[in-house]
Amino acid sequence: MGSITLKNVSKAFGAHAVIPSIDLDIDDGEFVVFVGPSGCGKSTLLRLIAGLEDVSGGEIVIDGKNATDLPPAKRGLSMVFQSYALYPHMSVRGNIAFPLKMMGEDKAVIDKKVADAARVLNLTDYLDRKPRQLSGGQRQRVAIGRAIVRQPEAFLFDEPLSNLDAALRVNMRLEISQLHQQLKTTMIYVTHDQVEAMTMADKIVVLNRGRIEQVGSPLELYHRPDNLFVAGFIGSPKMNFVSGAPAAMHQAHTIGVRPEHLVLSKERGTWRGTVGVAEHLGSDTFLHVNADGIGTMTARVSGDFAVTHGDQVFLTPDPQRVHRFDETGMAIR
Amino acid sequence: MATLHTRSAARLMMAPSVLLLLAWMIVPLSMTIYFSLLRYNLLMPGMEEFAGLSNYTYFLTDPAFFQAIFNTLAIVLGVLFITVVGGIGLALLLDQPMFGQGIVRILVIAPFLIMPTVAALVWKNMFMNPVNGIFAWLAKLFGLQPFDFLANAPLFSIILIVAWQWLPFATLILLTALQSLDEEQKEAAQMDGAGALSRFIYLILPHLSRAITVVILIQTIFLLSVFAEILVTTNGGPGTQSTNLTFLVYAQALLQFDVGGASAGGIIAVILANIVAFFLMRMIGKTLEA
Amino acid sequence: MARNVSTQRKLITTAAAWTIGILIFFPILWTFLTSFKTEAQAIASPPTFLFFDWTVENYFEVQSRSDYFKHFMNSVVISFGSTLLGLLIAIPSAWAMAFAPAKRTKDVLMWMLSTKMMPPVGVLVPLYLMFRNTGLLDTRAGLVMVLTLINLPIIVWMLYTYFKEIPGEILEAARMDGASLAKEIIYVLTPMAIPGIASTLLLNIILAWNEAFWTLNLSAARAAPLTAFIASYSSPEGLFYAKLSAASTMAIAPILILGWFSQKQLVRGLTFGAVK
Repeated sequence: MGSITLKNVSKAFGAHAVIPSIDLDIDDGEFVVFVGPSGCGKSTLLRLIAGLEDVSGGEIVIDGKNATDLPPAKRGLSMVFQSYALYPHMSVRGNIAFPLKMMGEDKAVIDKKVADAARVLNLTDYLDRKPRQLSGGQRQRVAIGRAIVRQPEAFLFDEPLSNLDAALRVNMRLEISQLHQQLKTTMIYVTHDQVEAMTMADKIVVLNRGRIEQVGSPLELYHRPDNLFVAGFIGSPKMNFVSGAPAAMHQAHTIGVRPEHLVLSKERGTWRGTVGVAEHLGSDTFLHVNADGIGTMTARVSGDFAVTHGDQVFLTPDPQRVHRFDETGMAIR
Repeated sequence: MATLHTRSAARLMMAPSVLLLLAWMIVPLSMTIYFSLLRYNLLMPGMEEFAGLSNYTYFLTDPAFFQAIFNTLAIVLGVLFITVVGGIGLALLLDQPMFGQGIVRILVIAPFLIMPTVAALVWKNMFMNPVNGIFAWLAKLFGLQPFDFLANAPLFSIILIVAWQWLPFATLILLTALQSLDEEQKEAAQMDGAGALSRFIYLILPHLSRAITVVILIQTIFLLSVFAEILVTTNGGPGTQSTNLTFLVYAQALLQFDVGGASAGGIIAVILANIVAFFLMRMIGKTLEA
Repeated sequence: MARNVSTQRKLITTAAAWTIGILIFFPILWTFLTSFKTEAQAIASPPTFLFFDWTVENYFEVQSRSDYFKHFMNSVVISFGSTLLGLLIAIPSAWAMAFAPAKRTKDVLMWMLSTKMMPPVGVLVPLYLMFRNTGLLDTRAGLVMVLTLINLPIIVWMLYTYFKEIPGEILEAARMDGASLAKEIIYVLTPMAIPGIASTLLLNIILAWNEAFWTLNLSAARAAPLTAFIASYSSPEGLFYAKLSAASTMAIAPILILGWFSQKQLVRGLTFGAVK
């Protein structure tokens, strides 16, 4: 089945090592998200797994077999590209049927599989249209349809939602998650959006500069980040970091407190500050507070906490929820 | 950005065209070099003998050779000047809103589709002929003496004919480039108070620079070896007044059957073309990178 | 008011553009008209434009004198043959350059283009002798070979610029979908590049149709295309303007019509894909 193992995989373009060395296990049926800032090597890693790039070293094992030197078509993987990469000269039917045609399937088998895929993805009415006549979401579905008809060992998604508008992105996120529950096939999903990572993944792989910073379930990463990078990357708004004297009180070089773990009061508290900008979302309010001697901190409070620009407030970190880091940025546990 | 597999496939797929062109360059060229060192006349078969560099000295001391170089450059530069300047003007005109733009464009394209031999013959006989040509009639209409273009200004006449053939090419490329100029940029320039002239100098001309480079590159390739126009109009004459390098070598080889001399001329032409190509390619390389 | 001014301006532009357009086109129009005149009318002074006794006599005379259709067929075979052969060789190369570029790809491309700079005379003599010795002189096959080679760099370059516009992800998708390299090119790349290929095809047919150095020097009677057919009218013999015009019209009409009908592709082709 669709387990994938990377052993000591590295990739260099010329003298530039994009990925120094990565070890990773992906279990069959898992939904794994590679997340990280742009240029962290997440897309390169996906392309290495796909076989669209050669590894510079190491081994890629797919379904127990060494696939390091196999061409993309022989790896039993399907990929959904960022631009969808639909064949513009083929109809939706032609696009979905293409991988089956390449496998040399019977016409009858192809027709049936295409019809099934179209039904699952609500594309039945659009089968004879060309990609340019479809909306962004429909194109996305065609790309997924083309991926599922092959019944691959695993699906690879390369930032598939980044070309959609915000509302549609939320919808498609849900659809992909549902698809995963239906098919129970391994999925590897690359994104720079930590919200997508948190909402969809069974397992998140946080990448930074070609290295894995941490692997874990969304909540593990949220509650127990291994280091400053992961702590800052996961969670929105970002975690507040404080170093110096306040951190020393917690026997740490740096401490981190999430905006939702700061208690606000107008009377008393650990740190005093002035409200800079208040962003009212309705349910919540994000306060950007200039704390004396510390700098700007973000706090998340309930929507009915009444403050405006210039008000004086006090911030108190929830002592149970303070993350402590040493001078190398590693978490102290 | 590809795998070893695709890269090796790529090399394989490039092989046919690379090898063919390499052979096309090397085989005849090395034969030409070999011939250029021989005394070799097709009228005297079996008399070939090694001649050292005498063919080159013969060619390089021939006054016709310098005339031919001058003529070659004159044709290239003259035609380039007319077509680029005329092409910019025409493109600016055709870019304006007008009635029947499509038809005008068809009319303007036409000369590019015409065979050089036909173009040259039509111009020579029906326009430039001092007795029956249209120009002669026009001159008489204004009470002037008809001018025998091909006898008195052969090079200029040829430049005129060739420029007529290439003007459409320059115009269309420049027009395409003009049409890709962002309308908002023009409007922004207008808001900034730029008049028509400064819009042309600071906005349009820089935008056209890439297109102008392409025009110069492509036309130079073809203009360096103008041949048919000379063959059917002046035959290089009178004397060698309108002989360019291509025609000079042709005359040496196929009219005087002097293979050795012609080969030496050919090699010299190749060297000169390479000098031109070197500078041109550097210029193009820079512009096309951007 | 503003609208008035712009209409007036549009009329002025129209008048200017049409005048220049007709002036540029005039030699062709004049040739066409003259081809229907008698030889006497052809040199009449003042020239007659439309009011003469139209006759098609000249066309028959030209055909009987120099067998137009044979030359026409030669031109068709040579220009289409060399272009199609060139495309066949160039498509894989252009694929390689556009989608699997190596460090030297740009250099190779520039080198290919620079072979076009080599003056044909540099290799005329050996090629003439080679052709004479191998029996290729004055054959269609020989001319197809030569024209394929001289147009190959331009075909490769044009295709390369068109292919570059096709997103590489689509070809990668085909690779993921299990397409072999050949299938990737046949089913995905080529259909997507049809407009570019059509432009390339068209422009190179025109260039080959009008090519007049090799066709004149390497052909005599049998394989001579229309360029040679028309060159035989270069030495005047008595009154011949009308016949020259008829022959010229017949030589240029096919390609002129082809060019006009596919104007859009032609214009795109003319820019060699290098100007957008």
